[in-house]
Amino acid sequence: MRCAVAVLFPVVLMLVACQREERDTRPQSALGSGEQPTPVTTLEPGGQRPSPTDNKAASFEANAFHLSEGKRLFGWFNCSGCHANGGGGMGPALMDEKWIYGSSMESIHATIRDGRPNGMPSFRDKIPDDQIWELAAFVRSLSGNAPSSAAPSRNDDMMAHPSENRMPNAATLGKSP
Amino acid sequence: MNRFAPIALVATIALFLQGCAGWQSALDPKGPAASELAWLIWFFTGLCAAVWVLVMIALALPLMMRPRARVEPLVIDADADNRKLRVVLTAVGLTVVILVGLTLLSFFANRTLAAIGSHAALTIRVTGHQWWWEVRYEDATPSHILTTANEIHIPAGEPVRLLLTSTDVIHSFWVPSLSGKLDLIPGRMNVLDIKADKPGVYRGQCAEFCGAQHANMGTFIIAEPREKFDAWWNDQLEPAAAPMSDEAKTGENLFLKRPCVMCHKIGGTPAGGTVAPDLTHIASRQTLAAGTLTMSRGNLAAWIADPQGVKPGSHMPVVDLNGDELNAIVAYLEGLK
Ligand code: HEC
Ligand code: HEC
Ligand SMILES: [Cu+2]
Repeated sequence: MRCAVAVLFPVVLMLVACQREERDTRPQSALGSGEQPTPVTTLEPGGQRPSPTDNKAASFEANAFHLSEGKRLFGWFNCSGCHANGGGGMGPALMDEKWIYGSSMESIHATIRDGRPNGMPSFRDKIPDDQIWELAAFVRSLSGNAPSSAAPSRNDDMMAHPSENRMPNAATLGKSP
Repeated sequence: MNRFAPIALVATIALFLQGCAGWQSALDPKGPAASELAWLIWFFTGLCAAVWVLVMIALALPLMMRPRARVEPLVIDADADNRKLRVVLTAVGLTVVILVGLTLLSFFANRTLAAIGSHAALTIRVTGHQWWWEVRYEDATPSHILTTANEIHIPAGEPVRLLLTSTDVIHSFWVPSLSGKLDLIPGRMNVLDIKADKPGVYRGQCAEFCGAQHANMGTFIIAEPREKFDAWWNDQLEPAAAPMSDEAKTGENLFLKRPCVMCHKIGGTPAGGTVAPDLTHIASRQTLAAGTLTMSRGNLAAWIADPQGVKPGSHMPVVDLNGDELNAIVAYLEGLK
């Protein structure tokens, strides 16, 4: 009996390895970036856009594949050119707790897609919608707002900051609970 | 056992022999490096096979021989003892000679390989990306430096020096008909010298597992006579052909307006992306997406409409285009000869 348990337990443990994250490499709907309403103005009170009806934010936010894709695209599309690995340069820092336009997935998505008046370019039509969501999820991981089980781990080369899965949450950093 | 079983077996094995010829085979060498290696492969295989057969015979003989009359264990037989000692010493001696001999052979083969490119006039930088090859022809005149992808044109009969590196993970460059394989390592520059004796097309393949689409990371070495190669280089240096039809003009506009421009370069247009294959002369290549599809209008459309269906996991995302937009972009790219 004991022996059976000793054998079964590791086997059951190994079953955990069978769970593998799905990789969504295709957009879920045939409609890409065109599906959401185009804002007539970039000014808005409260700094928060109403969330879109589909639940894209949730499906991208804690997904390791999308986060790592976002990290690659952050370099490919030269976000670092203005935001310097998240530390801030000509554009604001993205690894701190200050958000000019809101920290939600939806607001970051809107920032990247439509741009912001003080110099953030609009990437509408230049980045497919799903890739904008990937970037938004990655931007949140820079300030410790992504689950450490999903956020990218360290690079093979030198990094300007701790790896994203070790980034402290900027909002609570230095404050006692 | 079925009477036909041996015939079926031989026929199956004969089918495998097919794999020994063609545009991608280490056993069908088309250059000095590959010849050296093929010779080494055959010699090693032959010698090791001979040794194996001898050992098997030595094992089988005593089993088949009738046992001799029992020897008296207490009688000292100096002759028999000496014979045993001689046999063992000969075997050990032969083993040492063979091992040292083979080591020397591969040492000299390596020296020959290293000498091939010592006078190479042409240097090509090959950078591995998930899952395609960036190819850059070096030249002292900056305006003659040429960047292209996936196809490597070389002058036949001349040694060429390849500088191998990578930007993401480790890949390995292997064109079996021309040379052995060598890794492309991020942050390192490896040197591989190749030479094709005759004009021809030789297929290569990434030989180090590098992710989801490792199997679809092929390349082609196209060896041409010197004049043809020079002409090709000059053609490739030209900016992209201007679109001829209205549809192609729409296609160019769409290419520049949509995400394509973020990743790809088309010389002579504002498209200057460097993270994906250069498309300036895409229609002059024989294949698409690192040897995955042959070049044709239909395949271009298939790739652009759904790269994730052709090469799941590839770093080119699906871009939302309607039918007319897709046709226009394809018409434009098709004209980039
Ligand atoms: C040309 C420089 C430039 C580039 C390139 C750029 N940004 Fe920005 N970004 C800015 C500036 C400037 C702001 C501040 C805008 C404002 O305050 O109105 C900003 C703001 C932002 C914000 C809002 C920050 C907040 O506090 O609310 C996010 C998120 C952001 N950028 C992400 C990105 C991403 C992702 C990319 C790459 C796809 C990118 N940026 C590329 C300049 C740039
Ligand atoms: C996010 C970057 C990105 C975007 C956006 C993008 N591509 Fe690509 N493209 C790639 C990559 C990476 C490859 C190489 C894929 C491979 O072979 O694995 C590629 C390959 C290609 C190829 C085959 C090239 C060759 O040498 O075989 C064509 C043609 C192409 N893309 C056209 C387009 C068109 C048209 C668009 C716009 C609708 C586009 N691409 C948008 C990254 C991109
Ligand atoms: Cu590879």
